[in-house]
Amino acid sequence: MSVQGTLADKTGRGLYRDLVLKRILVLCGLLTALAVSLSLDLSLGPARYPLDEVLSALFFPGSAELQTRVVIWDIRMPIALMAISVGGCLALAGAQMQTILANPLASPFTLGISAAAGFGAALGLVTGVAIFPAAVQYMVPINAFIMAMAASLFIYAFSTFRGVTVQTIVLLGIALVFTFNALLSLLEYLASEQALAAVVFWTMGSLTKATWTKVFATFAVLLVCIPFFARHSWALTALRLGDDKAASFGVNIRSLRLKTLIGVSLLAAIPVSFVGTIGFVGLVGPHIARMLVGEDQRVFLPAAVLCGALMLSATSVVSKMLLPGAILPIGVITALVGVPFFFALIFADRRNSW
Amino acid sequence: MVTLKLDGLGAKYGSALTVADVTTPELKGGEMTAVIGPNAAGKSTLFKRIAELMKGPGTIHLDGARAEQKEAIRYMPQDTSANAVLTVYESVLLAAKQGQGWRVQDHELTYIDHLLASLQISDLAFRNLGELSGGQRQLVSIAQALVRNPEVLMMDEPTSALDLYRQVEVLGYMHALARQKNMIVLIALHDLNHALRYCANTLVIADGRLVAAGPSAEVITPELLRTVYKVDARIEACSRGEKHIIIDRSAA
Repeated sequence: MSVQGTLADKTGRGLYRDLVLKRILVLCGLLTALAVSLSLDLSLGPARYPLDEVLSALFFPGSAELQTRVVIWDIRMPIALMAISVGGCLALAGAQMQTILANPLASPFTLGISAAAGFGAALGLVTGVAIFPAAVQYMVPINAFIMAMAASLFIYAFSTFRGVTVQTIVLLGIALVFTFNALLSLLEYLASEQALAAVVFWTMGSLTKATWTKVFATFAVLLVCIPFFARHSWALTALRLGDDKAASFGVNIRSLRLKTLIGVSLLAAIPVSFVGTIGFVGLVGPHIARMLVGEDQRVFLPAAVLCGALMLSATSVVSKMLLPGAILPIGVITALVGVPFFFALIFADRRNSW
Repeated sequence: MVTLKLDGLGAKYGSALTVADVTTPELKGGEMTAVIGPNAAGKSTLFKRIAELMKGPGTIHLDGARAEQKEAIRYMPQDTSANAVLTVYESVLLAAKQGQGWRVQDHELTYIDHLLASLQISDLAFRNLGELSGGQRQLVSIAQALVRNPEVLMMDEPTSALDLYRQVEVLGYMHALARQKNMIVLIALHDLNHALRYCANTLVIADGRLVAAGPSAEVITPELLRTVYKVDARIEACSRGEKHIIIDRSAA
């Protein structure tokens, strides 16, 4: 070991550049897969359109038949884009929760955010209580959003106390899950048959109520959060080396963790309030991204968004192909289709999983 | 010449002072200083306070070309096993790029290559952190600390997970590097023979106080070992005339 060192081994720089290039190609691959999945999603349904017709209706809407245009642009497009934006939001939320809580099980569910949203929605569906009375027609999503944000803010406030560790935050989140699930069961027990059906359907998660407004709202959250996380990408990556190490690199851990928690709350609360509880994507999307590109946030962040978006979009395609005509709750299908795929990935590449 | 002097330094945890009144002689660039003391004496706390990761009273007088910059003083914490899916190379780059933009320049990568080569871990560069042994992780930590070219480097038990060969190599390397870069290296050690051999000065911390400071050979005495470490020991010259500690028993 000499102080001068040997400059003979110059390959590190080149190998690193290769690694970065490989990861950019992976991102391009994911993006292409997403585009294919979106096109398929638009072509499939009660009426099937060949891909070329879909593409021409997409790029030259003026020349397409009115019926085709209405089906593709007004009916299928909001649902297909909703799958992408919701998947992206949830996977990004999960990725950053796993990062700041140093826990591979973290997802929007872990902290009780989804459970809180479910309770808020049920409150509207069963009792008709609007937490924010001005907009009664949006009672269910607004209730869900308010409860989800309340749960997040509660955790946020708790985590600012002195001596609160990452483990206590996770424990508190699990406690919140149980609390809101108990409250939800109580509401279900008291509910009328009709309301009960609505609650059950809501908690399964469904994209069918997508509208352009909801699509824009979820994309807007992504557009706000991505630049914020991107700006802190070196610091967020450093968090994964442990708090002491990150602090020694000059990262203000406390402030970073709190800011990220706010972003994550928005990312989780808004989609959940629109489409109900869609599990799995928030947990598994980030793990798949991690296996594909590692944890350098400069690529991990877009990869997580793309993986989540692709998972939900592909699920929508698969469910339409398996059971044409029937629209199953997407949350259910995501888990059923995703679990075997996820297992296969873990066994294929244990070295690069958490 | 870089110099460092601590004046009445204390560290606060909550409202309690866990380290208090640490006033040191002036430490000079090019030298290694051992920081010794029993477990939980406050060595890590003192390091964190010097790196301004903790608050507390007192002042740190740093005199050097980059004394105003935050990264002039670097703290290398005790190794914790990281399970991040990151390669060694990325983890060192990460340390270099904190607070900077996304773009990675060629010269930054060249420097990392050089650093890994001089620590003899070039062959680990594209292994994941999770695959490394404890000793290998220590060496990566050293690379992460050195990549910012600090003027003061504080190393918290950097040799604790290393085998004998690596201990001697790392300490010898740091000793030479301190001299070459005119860097002040503070190093928390449990092996006092290492302190005697590699460190010009020694600071002794016990119960959060500085109980002795000065040239290692003068500070490390049988009397100190009895009062601070509670062991009966002799310090004898070996056949080459170098001083060694021989522990006889724990003191009654």
